Amino acid sequence: MLFSRLRRVRAAFAALAVPLLMPVAFAQPAQAQSDNSGVLRVALVQEIDHLNPFTASFASSTMVGRFAWEFLTLPSAEDATPTGGIAESWEPSPDGLTWTFKIRPGMKWSDDQPITADDAAFTFNRIMDDEKAAEANGSYVENFESVTAPDESTLVIKIKERQASMTALDVPIVPEHIWSDIEDMADPRTDSVEVVGVGSGPFLITEYRPNELVRLKANPGYWRGKSKVEELQFLKFDNSEAAVNALQNGEVDFVNRLTQAQFDTLKNADDIETNQANGRRYRELLMNPGAQNIERQPIGDGHPALRDVRVRKAIAKAIDPQVLVDRVLGGYGELPGGLVPPIYDNFHYTPADDVKYTFDPDAAKRELDAAGYREGPGGIRVGPDGRKLEFRLTARSSEDYGQRATDYIAGWLKDVGIGVKKNLVSDNEVDETTSSGHYDLALSGWGTNPDPDYILAKQTCASLPASSGSSSSNAFFCDEEYDRLYAQQAAETDEAKRGEFAREAQARYYDQVPSLVLDYDNALEAYRSDRFTNFQRQPVEDGQIMEQTGYWGFYNAEPVAGGGDSGGGLSAGAWVGIGAGALVIVAGAATVLLRRRASTEDRE
Amino acid sequence: MTTSTTSTTGTNTVADLDERRSGTSTPRFLLGKIGGALASLVLVVVLGFLLFRMIPGDPVATMTRDRPTSPQQLADLRERLGIDKPLWQQFVDYFGGLLRGDLGESYSFSRPVATMIGERLWPTILLVGTATVLAVILGLWLGVRAAWRRNSTFDRVQTGIALTLWSVPQFWLGLILLIATQGLFPSRGMRSPDAPEHFFGQALDIAWHLTLPCLTLLAVIYAQYMLVMRSSLLEEMGAEYLTTARAKGLRDDLVRRRHAVPNALLPTVTLVFLQFGMVVSGTVTVEAVFSWPGLGQLTYQALRGPDLPLLQGVFIVLAGSVILMNLLAEVLYRVLDPRVRAT
Repeated sequence: MLFSRLRRVRAAFAALAVPLLMPVAFAQPAQAQSDNSGVLRVALVQEIDHLNPFTASFASSTMVGRFAWEFLTLPSAEDATPTGGIAESWEPSPDGLTWTFKIRPGMKWSDDQPITADDAAFTFNRIMDDEKAAEANGSYVENFESVTAPDESTLVIKIKERQASMTALDVPIVPEHIWSDIEDMADPRTDSVEVVGVGSGPFLITEYRPNELVRLKANPGYWRGKSKVEELQFLKFDNSEAAVNALQNGEVDFVNRLTQAQFDTLKNADDIETNQANGRRYRELLMNPGAQNIERQPIGDGHPALRDVRVRKAIAKAIDPQVLVDRVLGGYGELPGGLVPPIYDNFHYTPADDVKYTFDPDAAKRELDAAGYREGPGGIRVGPDGRKLEFRLTARSSEDYGQRATDYIAGWLKDVGIGVKKNLVSDNEVDETTSSGHYDLALSGWGTNPDPDYILAKQTCASLPASSGSSSSNAFFCDEEYDRLYAQQAAETDEAKRGEFAREAQARYYDQVPSLVLDYDNALEAYRSDRFTNFQRQPVEDGQIMEQTGYWGFYNAEPVAGGGDSGGGLSAGAWVGIGAGALVIVAGAATVLLRRRASTEDRE
Repeated sequence: MTTSTTSTTGTNTVADLDERRSGTSTPRFLLGKIGGALASLVLVVVLGFLLFRMIPGDPVATMTRDRPTSPQQLADLRERLGIDKPLWQQFVDYFGGLLRGDLGESYSFSRPVATMIGERLWPTILLVGTATVLAVILGLWLGVRAAWRRNSTFDRVQTGIALTLWSVPQFWLGLILLIATQGLFPSRGMRSPDAPEHFFGQALDIAWHLTLPCLTLLAVIYAQYMLVMRSSLLEEMGAEYLTTARAKGLRDDLVRRRHAVPNALLPTVTLVFLQFGMVVSGTVTVEAVFSWPGLGQLTYQALRGPDLPLLQGVFIVLAGSVILMNLLAEVLYRVLDPRVRAT
């Protein structure tokens, strides 16, 4: 009895030990075999909706597309000013209504067909004629009259009104011989490698497993030269903590959209380099200036006091962005000015000292006193209409920023006699309440592009929503002076003058303060420096590597010599060992059970 | 999501109890049960439709966020997705589609919801199935041991561990395991980017990826099987037939295995089925931690939109699996327990 029990225990130990030891035995040889030194593995924390560039809407999808198809022109790596892609030169007519692009000679699609002006004309015409093809990039062709290719190397775009952003058409040019056969742009086949695999960019899409990975291989015929990165893998992560863990274990080489805490941890990690980049996003405090629709009928339920620009200015003076950047963002943000962040130097607006809102609670109080908002019971001011100066402050509960910044803002406003009710809700609810005008104050933000046209257009009267909730601008700004300045910058093709108009428009916005920009978030990224180097930033000194408006970051990266060991733990070997180990356990357990069964049968 | 399904479970069980007392013919019993299940399913469809429309958020706004979009594009998108129609019209369209077996098309992925769910169903079944089988084996084994040696150190320690793990959030446990194993197992997905071509290699690759998510799920769910097994065996242990068995001179081991355990198994078997449906919906967090490409991950993605057709489709499948498992449990109970049939 005792003996048999001992034997059983020993058997159990053996069964456990074998699988534990096996991975070790398998690990070494398996690892030596795999050389993935040229494979850049990127963690993708957002989803991909489509690879079809006509319907790819999510940020991660457009990012993948940027590697696969060249653009007519694109923002340069140096300073995000336009540089040639498929077009080698371009020129507007004297009246600014006809743009002629010269197509770069000798370029080829990855299936060896020549790239001509017809491909570009086809791409734009398809977006103009087919509603489904306009899903992702329809806004770029709205002002187009016609697009033609008089010969193979000339593309002529006629536009309805003068438009400066013609060198910033963020539309991937696709091969006509592949796409002209496709009737339905929503056909799932348009996301398959047969269709999206033919490209002209630095990398070509070779495999797509929805929700798992997108694999791209360096395009040997790329006109700027083949990338030193042989293969680019975008691996889907649902969870950014897991992605950071994978970077530390060497399972992936690049992670972006890091939180402050993650970034701080990775800063001190071995073989990992971090990049604190000036970002493309701004954060703002919306102050409902009286939401209205395009027919100028009021919508929503904003507090009437906020229609008074003096109240909005007082709020702007009661808030200290420096504290928000330092304490809430941990220093990972830049101090605010206009809507366009400082990385786009030519269009960024920095208010002069005499018009700048500096943190000064006393000045804010004086402003409110002068406007007739007298202190009432409980220290909360009361307006001339007898209504208390008490605002809802809507923010995202999912964000650490929303939780903490609202505390600071509520405190500052209380000091000047403004009551604040915090309203922390889901992301979707924030979007819904702000776009339908059902808010007083709200924390929001938006990503910007090298060309400022879109972000400035959002603030014009023309962007007011047609119906409640369909707003594409949630600041509900509508101001004649602003519209005039916006139109001037939109039509000006001289880069320097256009910059001047764009800054003036932002100055007007700043002065009327329908929203107060609070900061420009840094983009926080990290990569394995033992595996790759020379990632190119955009702009060069302090920009981001991933999610650029271009392909520079990964295209120019280089594998580190001897960085072939992926360091992915026991990756290649472990599964063989563990799998075999699992088999041994099952087999062992079955044997033990069978033997026991047999012996009990005997005994009974 | 779970509240509505639990309530249907509740009513079914009550109905079941009544039936057990009265006793009915098998076909009538089956018809009644299947009818009840179908009624629950219809309720789920209606509830799901209304519930998800109450979630704040504009799918079109989410889809076009941070991207240059003209008001015309937004309007076109709304029209294409059919969200500019009145609610009743949307429901009629949706219900009509359902009757034809069409779950609609996802807003953001513009693919048929049924196809998307089909792709994700097997990874989830693999994960939940493996975890459930292991949890049942482990739970029953520990439960029997613990009950037989009631109040022993083994009993107290094992019950303590099980209860602790049961109350731990899956999300947290998953992350801890991920960090603690230091890259011994992959942090994401079901397959390596460069998995071997041959079948055996792929199967091992999947098994390697399965380890951590399965372990997490197993750790959290085995407790209920263990505790039910333990308490139902404790109930049997006072029974007189065990004294008889012992009086026959049987060894303690055999008394337990041959007489006590089979009788105590009954409630546990039903529990396994009842729980299976719930475990499927419970994988959302585990799949989110390990980026497992299953239904849970799909739910998570659908919620962010909100991608209404996708969300409704997933909801129907998840709730449907609870209803189906409920039905199976009731039928199985009747097969297993002669007393239910006899009365």
